[in-house]
This record gives sequence, C-alpha cells and structure tokens, in this order.
Amino acid sequence: MADYKMHLLVCGGTGCKAAQSELIKTNFQNQLAERGLENEIQVIHTGCFGFCEQGPIVKIQPDNTFYVSVSPDDTLEIIDEHVVKGRIVERLLYTDPNTKSQISESKNMDFYKKQVRIALRNCGFINPENIEEYIGNDGYSALGKCLDELSPEEAIKIIMDSGLRGRGGGGFPTGLKWDITRKVENEQKYVVCNADEGDPGAFMDRSILEGDPHTVIEAMAICGFCIGADKGLVYIRAEYPLAIQRLKTALKQAREFGLLGENILGSGFSFDIEIRYGAGAFVCGEETALIHSMEGKRGEPTFKPPFPSQEGYLGKPTNVNNVETFANIPPIINKGAAWFSTIGTEKSKGTKVFALAGKINNVGLIEVPMGTTLREVIYDIGGGIKNGRQFKSVQTGGPSGGCLTKDFLDTPIDYDNLLAAGSMMGSGGMIVMDEDDCMVSIAKFYLEFTLEESCGKCTPCRIGNKRLHEILEKITNGNGTPEDLTKLRMLSHVIKDTSLCGLGQTSPNPVLSTLDNFMDEYEAHVKEGKCPAGQCKALLQYVIDDEQCTGCTLCFRICPVGAISGEKRSPHYIDQALCIKCGACFEKCKFNAIKIA
Amino acid sequence: MEMINLTIDKKPLVVKKGTSILEAASSIGVHIPTLCHMHLHDMNIENKPGGCRVCVVEVTGRRNLAPACCTEVAEGMEVRSHSIRAVNARRTVLELILSDHPADCLVCAKSGNCELQDMAHHLGIREIHYQGEQSHYREDTSPAIIREMDKCILCRRCEMMCNEVQTVGVLSMINRGFHAVVSPAFEMNLDHSSCTYCGQCVAVCPTGALTEVDQTGAVIRALSDPSKTVIVQTAPAVRAALGEEFGLPAGTLVTGKMAAALRRLGFDYVFDTDFAADLTIMEEGTELLGRLNKFLAGDKDVKLPILTSCCPAWVKFFEHHFPGLKDIPSTARSPQQMFGSIAKTYFADKMQVKREDLVVVSIMPCVAKKYESSRDEFAVDGNPDVDYALTTRELAQIINLANIDFKFLPDEEFDQPMGESTGASVIFGTTGGVIEAAVRTAYELQTGKTLERLDFEELRGMEGLRKATIDFDGLPINIGIAHGLGNARKLLEEIKTGASEFHAIEIMSCPGGCIGGGGQPYHHGDVEILRKRQKAIYSEDQSKTIRKSHENPYIKKLYQEFLGEPLSEKAHHLLHTEYFDRS
Repeated sequence: MADYKMHLLVCGGTGCKAAQSELIKTNFQNQLAERGLENEIQVIHTGCFGFCEQGPIVKIQPDNTFYVSVSPDDTLEIIDEHVVKGRIVERLLYTDPNTKSQISESKNMDFYKKQVRIALRNCGFINPENIEEYIGNDGYSALGKCLDELSPEEAIKIIMDSGLRGRGGGGFPTGLKWDITRKVENEQKYVVCNADEGDPGAFMDRSILEGDPHTVIEAMAICGFCIGADKGLVYIRAEYPLAIQRLKTALKQAREFGLLGENILGSGFSFDIEIRYGAGAFVCGEETALIHSMEGKRGEPTFKPPFPSQEGYLGKPTNVNNVETFANIPPIINKGAAWFSTIGTEKSKGTKVFALAGKINNVGLIEVPMGTTLREVIYDIGGGIKNGRQFKSVQTGGPSGGCLTKDFLDTPIDYDNLLAAGSMMGSGGMIVMDEDDCMVSIAKFYLEFTLEESCGKCTPCRIGNKRLHEILEKITNGNGTPEDLTKLRMLSHVIKDTSLCGLGQTSPNPVLSTLDNFMDEYEAHVKEGKCPAGQCKALLQYVIDDEQCTGCTLCFRICPVGAISGEKRSPHYIDQALCIKCGACFEKCKFNAIKIA
Repeated sequence: MEMINLTIDKKPLVVKKGTSILEAASSIGVHIPTLCHMHLHDMNIENKPGGCRVCVVEVTGRRNLAPACCTEVAEGMEVRSHSIRAVNARRTVLELILSDHPADCLVCAKSGNCELQDMAHHLGIREIHYQGEQSHYREDTSPAIIREMDKCILCRRCEMMCNEVQTVGVLSMINRGFHAVVSPAFEMNLDHSSCTYCGQCVAVCPTGALTEVDQTGAVIRALSDPSKTVIVQTAPAVRAALGEEFGLPAGTLVTGKMAAALRRLGFDYVFDTDFAADLTIMEEGTELLGRLNKFLAGDKDVKLPILTSCCPAWVKFFEHHFPGLKDIPSTARSPQQMFGSIAKTYFADKMQVKREDLVVVSIMPCVAKKYESSRDEFAVDGNPDVDYALTTRELAQIINLANIDFKFLPDEEFDQPMGESTGASVIFGTTGGVIEAAVRTAYELQTGKTLERLDFEELRGMEGLRKATIDFDGLPINIGIAHGLGNARKLLEEIKTGASEFHAIEIMSCPGGCIGGGGQPYHHGDVEILRKRQKAIYSEDQSKTIRKSHENPYIKKLYQEFLGEPLSEKAHHLLHTEYFDRS
C-alpha cells in the first residue's frame, strides 16, 4: 500500500452518486494530478455515511473534517484551501440547526451522537472495493478465529449467547437458527443471504453491501463453517447494480486472498458464494418464496413447516439470514457475546439500522442501540419535523408495520415493544408523518404496495387486501359509511388470521394501527365528510371569502372548468358542482381569499 | 411408528406422526371443509398448496389460524374446527372468493356440480359482505377445452395435474396479486401451446373455469335433420360411469340402459366403440407380433417396444415431447377413429348412404377425443370420419333434454354389425386393459394354442407404473403399463437411453385410464369412484361369452368381406395413421 498523507473520502452510496459524487471524485483526482499530488493524497469512494439529507458528503482524513452538500464546483476550493493550505472551508461545514454553530467533525453532530455503529461500522470509513482496507479494520479475523480456535458448536454458542436476532423482520434468534440447521443431517447444505430488500424507502442492506461487502462474505463463510455448508448464495435484487458490482469485486478479491474457495486458510474448510438475482418482487424476501425464486420457480411462499433449515434450496437444509444480521456476526465473534449483549434491551440485543424518511429534517441511514426511544431517533438524531410542523405519526416496519402516535414516542425500540404497540421492527424502515398527512390515505398508500406485491396465492391476501383497499378508496373519495369502518376492522383481522405468509399476515397492520390510533380521522371522513389533513381531494371544498376577495378575476381566469363566476371588483363565487378541486385558484389567489372548507 | 396424541373438537385421538389435521379430523368424523385441497389416495396425487384458506382451524396457543390440509398434528395439540373464530374466518374467506366470482351459477356449465357452489351452500352463505372489482379474462376456446378464467379460484389443481402428474407443463400461475391467474405461458391460447387435451385439468377443476367444448347442440341438430343418417358409438368406459350422472351408485354398469337411451334420442344405429376396439387388437396385435418375430429373427432395425396408440392425448404428448420416438408407437388408429373410418366406408356402402349424409357421433369419457376427431388426417375431403365426440357428461345432458328417465329404462342391445364386441374390448376402458386384450389375441396367434386363463391379474391395478412378464409358451414377453403422462414420460426416457426392457407398453394419459377420463362424471377427488368403475369394467368382461377380440364374428366377417387381412393395404389405408413432429 502506498503511504498517503491524506485521504479524501467521497460518499459513493447510491443517493450521493445520484447527486454527482462520481464527478466530485473525478474532479478531486484531476485537480490533485494537476498539482502533482496524486501520490500523496488518495481519493476514495466509500459506502454510505448515512447522513443522506446533507449529501454528497466528503470526509477528509486524518483530521476528520466532514463536508456536507458538496457539489462538483466545490472541489477546487477544498483542494486549494483545505488540502494545500490546511484551511477548513467553513461554508461547507454542517451548521447545527439549534446553535447555528458550524461543526467540522461528525462525532459532534446530533445526527451521529446517539448512534452506535456495529453493522455499519465500516460504511463511510473504508474503500469497499479494497479488501486490504477491510482486513486492516479487523476484517476476516473472525473467520480466522473460527477456523483456528473454535469448533462450529463453540462459534454457534457465541452467536446464541450474544442474543442476536434476525434483522430481516422476524426477529428469530440467529444462533438458534444456525444450531437447528447444523443438527439436520445432510451432505449438502446451503447458506443464503437474503438481500432482497423491498420495503419502500429502505436501504439498510443496500448500504451495507455497497459500503462493506466483505463483512457479509466473511459472515456467510462463518455460517457455512458452523452449519456444515460449503456453498453460499446471495439473493439480491437486480435493481441494486452498485451493490452487485461491489459484491462481485469483493468475491473476486476474497477468492484471490484465499478467503473463499477450497481449503480456506489451510483449515480444510471450503466455502464459496454465488450471486442470484431477484426481479424485485417484495414477496421474494419471504424465505420460502426466495428459495423458490432461486430454484427458477415462481416466487411464491409455501407453508412452513418444512422450514428451510429442514428442506430449503433444492430440498437441502438451508440457513437464510438477512444482510444486516450477517453484518453483525464478525464483530460478535471478534469481541465476544458478552460485549454484544451489553448493548440493547433484555430481549433485543445489539443495534438496529433504520432508514429514516418522511417529514423529518435529517433523512438518512442510522444505527442505534436497541432500546433507544422513538423520540430520540426522531428528534435528537432526526432533527425533528420538517418546516416546524407538528409530529403526527411514525410508521415502523415497512409496508406491513403500524403507524404509531406521539403516545409511543417514549417507547424504547425493540422487537417486543414495537409488536406490543401494534407495529413491528420489520427490516428497519421508519417513516415520519406530520399534521399534513391524512392517515386514511397513508393506510391506503401502504395497502396499495402490498396489493401490488401480493403473489396472489392465498385468498385473503389476494382478494381480501383488494377489498380493504376498495373500502379505503371509498372513504377517501367521500363515500364511506360508519359500517365501512367495522368492515375494515373485521376483514383486517381475518386477513391477519388466515393468510399464508408473513406478507399477508401483516398487510392489514397499517389499517388496523391507524384505526386504533387515528379513529377520529376515519370518523371525520365518514361522518362529517371531511379530511382533517386536507389531503383527500374529494372531501375538500374551495370557497371564496367575500371579505377578502377583491374581484381581481385571477381565479376566474385560471379555473380550467369555468366553475368560478363573479363581476369585476366584486366577490367571486365557486360553483361546487363544477369544481374539480384542482386547487389552481387556491394557489393563484394573491389575497388569501380562497379557503379550504 | 411414532404416534401423536391430540384433541379435535375436544375429542381425544391418536394418529400417526405426519398426519395432517384434516386427515386426523376425518378419522373421527369431523369433516373440515376444503376447496383447493384434493387427494387421490393410492395414486400419489395430492394438491395442497394451502391457498384457499377455507380449511382454517383454531389451534390453542397458535397466533393465527392453521390450514388443516397442510398443518401436521403435534403432541398435545388442541384443535377447534368450529370455534366462532374459525367459522367466521372460513366464511369470510369464502365470501371473498365469491366476491371475485361471476354470479352466473344458473347458466354455468358446472351448475349443480360445482364445489364452490356446494361450499357456499354448506357454509350457509346468504350475503357477500365484501363486494368489489372482479377479475376479467378473455375466454380461450380450443378444439377440446374452454378456459373461462373469470371463474378460476386459483385452487391450482389443474396446474398440479398439468405439471406434476402429466408433466405437460402448459398451465401455471402468472401475474401477481389480484391479477394472478392460471394460464399457458404469456397468456397464449391453449391451442397454441403443447396442451395434449388430456382433460385432467377439466376433471379436477372445482368450478366452471375449465370445461369441455360443448357439442350437444350440433348433435341435436343432426338428430333432427331427416336427410341425415346419424349413428353413434360408445366407448367402453362410458357405460361404467354414465349412471352416476343419474344418481346411480358409482360402478353401476348401464350398458343396456345407455343403448336404450341412445335409441330414444333418435340415433338411427346404436353401435359400440368396443367393436372397433376388437378391430384395434387385430391390427395392433398383428403389428406387435410382426415386430416381435422380426426381432426374434435377429433384425436389429426393428423398433421395440411397441407402444399402444389408442389415447389421443398420449399421441399428442409424444408428438410434442418425444418426436424422435414417433416411429415406435403402433400406427393403429384409436378405436374411435377406426370406427369412424369403417362406418363411413364399409357401413355407408352397405346401407347405401352417401358419406356426407352419414353423421358419426361418438360418446367418449374423454375431451381429447374431440381434438382427435378434428385432426386433418382423419377426414376425407374435409368430411371427418367422426363428426362429433361427446363426453359422458354431454350425453347425460342430452338424455335429460329428451325427457328420458334414465334409471327406469329397460336394457337394450346394440345394433349389428358394429355393435358386437368381446370382453377384451370392454377392458380398453381401464389402465392395463388394452394390453391384456392384446395379450389374449397375440398369445393365441403366436403360439397357435388356446389360452387357458383369460384373466391376467398381473396386468391389472392402479399403480401408476406396472410391469409384468407374460409367458408366451416359453417365450417371455415383457410388458410395461403406464397411466398418467408423467409415468409415461419415465418409460419414454428409458426407451430414449436404450434402457427399456419391454417388448410392449400400454400408455393411457389419464390416471386410472379412460375410467378416469376428463369427460367422465366428476369424481371430485374421490378415487374410490375410479376403483368402482374399474371393477364394473372387469365384471362386464367376465359376463361376455366371447372374451378374445379375434373371435368376434363380425370382425371376422369385416375382414372377409372388406379388409382382407390385418395390415392389408386396405387396412393400412383405413385403420392406420402417421404421427407428426410438433416440438
């Protein structure tokens, strides 16, 4: 390795790449070369830093300066000022919204203060395309430790004792799953990594694969060693081209370093990994559907048992774990079960990665210890609600999770608490809603997703969700009746109770949790014909306030359907029978004379 | 054998480990309703995708309801099949299915025979609480099968039959969610696919989504046309099942009543396909002996084993999937087509009826026979040898239309000459029957000796693949039998690799043979019905005075007067066919 004096870490996550971080990197490289500095200063594309709201991010080492919202036009200044002259470019530093002071190191930012990074430990710190950097950061030492010092039983015991539970949504104890698969006797077994991340807005697994692919490879090899498998498969959606490319590079490097393949590190243990591509069906994240998809069959779930640990890929015992679960394995082996189990709550150990999204100031990827409250995540890390609006609800667990109210803000996040609150951990999507969000529409939105993604195999999910959606549509169109609310609840319970797989069993959660927590909004829709958030167009009425209207005729001229009439310089009138509620008059009126009733 | 203790509806019971809740409940008289589930016991055919969710039951300690069809019993399990939670869920699930199903029961081909309709009645559905958009698909009509997927409930039985049992691989679920439907690939028409028209999808469809092409109207029109002479032939398996359509117990032989009913319907001559089955044995048996003797004489080029060719779905199957083997099956046409060919030549001449004025109707246990009769090679100048092929169910339909009280009909005989048949021909209707009939004749022709024993038990049964060696007076003849195209595929793969040990193989597409054909009264998953039909077929064989095809006096006469010898030039022209590469 060349001995560089300085490293420019440019975020190479998908979000920052979309914001031209590739060009930032190229600019840096060219400008350094022009100054003859290319052998002294290295530019690295890292994985996601997590603070996506402030991307693209450039971090400078060794002094840890953290530049935010960098554009390709800023690179020259960073080179000339920071790199050459050693002067921090203050205008590119993060400004604390509360103190208005500028912060140059990420560890001092509220966004990062409460985070504990285990699964994301290398994301944003190492070059994911260079195995040496991973190795330099303790990489592959856990695999080495397993092969050198531990028996499979001992390694499994560490995982069991750590209390690690599956991060894909189910929360099944990982060590126990490994132990079960180990105990099934068969000459051929498989390790499968579920990288079919499908929750809308979630990118935990993608970021890990993009930022630290070797951790997944190492963990899969450890799993193979533990359960007695010599073959691993990563099932990844084809829509993740960058993750796929980095994974491929990592696999190639791992083979070159003898960390995959025959007789790894001279231990006699052989293991290799293949990539299988998914076509983006959400249901293929369900493990039996995932396995069918890998077998070239229709991606639809089958009844369990038999569990994959008994009869999985090609009928052989198969251990399926999610990307984030695997990313926790090497640190647990390295640092021990005791270390890991001190983090988190009684029944949920360690940390959890969340993709923060919605009406929140700091959108991004975070990792917090289990037991952190929703309030800490939303307000301390997330920086509160955008535009000073009021918090209304937070949706956890992806499309099958529930919407929680402010009453749950102090709930410590773990598997059991979220379940008890009527939501779930899921794979880690977290979407924040404010007072402008209509909760009936939100329930409808999530149901639209499950409706699209249902495989159609079982009746309740195929037809039941369709009917639920139709009732919600009826309500948001202003045609709902109080009886519909009873129907929604009854049908939701039957769908949960009778669906074949986890998708159907959880699909009514957004409906049930909004019924439980926001009944007043539903009732306003069906009893008063009103949408309190003003989102359901069919329930809106635009009216003109006679007092405010000056008769300027702007609304009259803009109305596309001729619903507005009135004499010049006297108050105008909207014919409700003609109004299509496009809102053009509302936006155009200069005198705030048009009101939403 | 590990045993499991559990209670179902508070009744304690002990069952074998691995038993499903459904089977366990059934053993103590608790009949949990099912819709998608179907189990043809002993044939190893089971459909349990766990998709309909009608069979859900409450299991103490379980978070959600358990589908009884695919949940195995466990020690100490407490099952409640009719708790309010289970019943409410079951009814709601059924209401959901009904909410996406056309409410045209009164005019549906399956009305009165529909498992969905029965279930709605059974569960006392009086209102569908959840209404909404319904699925719509275009109707797909082929020469034999009509698909009306608006009526599909996604039980996946057809898919299982097509893929797992028949290994034809035409039907599978496509699209997702509410738009999911069972279809040929890319929603192509069935007649563009490699569908064999075996009709097993129709046989197991619980609703009216898959039905046969209805030719009853055309037959009724022909019968009422005074310028036409309309004759009918009835396949052997029909007589063992037709009674079921009129409430008679499965396995009731109704040969005489059927002949009487056909006569009352106005058919000018009531003949029997069995006659043509005897003719088939003459041709196919002679062909077998010819190939066998060449082989014994050291001819290396001779094609063995010889495969039967009576089953049109089987013929289409090898044309699609094993075109390289198309010179192995016997070239003999099926009995239906031999009958049509002889009827429109020999019989038409005898009666001095012009070909175009003679209408040949066949009554078949099969939907593929509709397709077979429409094949170009079985027509002369566009006039088909067999004009219409009705299924057993369609015959029952026109008997009803004619106000005939079937149960009280007297027994009547078939007309001559094409109504005379032997016991050998009637067993064509069951798996093993064609080859047994062939053995009876081939043995005597080969050895010149009289068979002492006519019942070849070793060739009978319901096993999907069977084999037996028959001693032809010192010469061991190895015989293979397959029913179900998946089983046939296994034998064909052996032939392909040269590993086949057989001299002759009988293949029938449908499980059980023609008694289980796609045109038979619906068995609704009750394999016992097929056994009873099989038994009836063998009892008709027993009751016949003549039980060997070559002893049928009218067949002898047919050769004397018209055909000459088996495999003569005329016989080749009228009774044999060729096969095509459809791969």
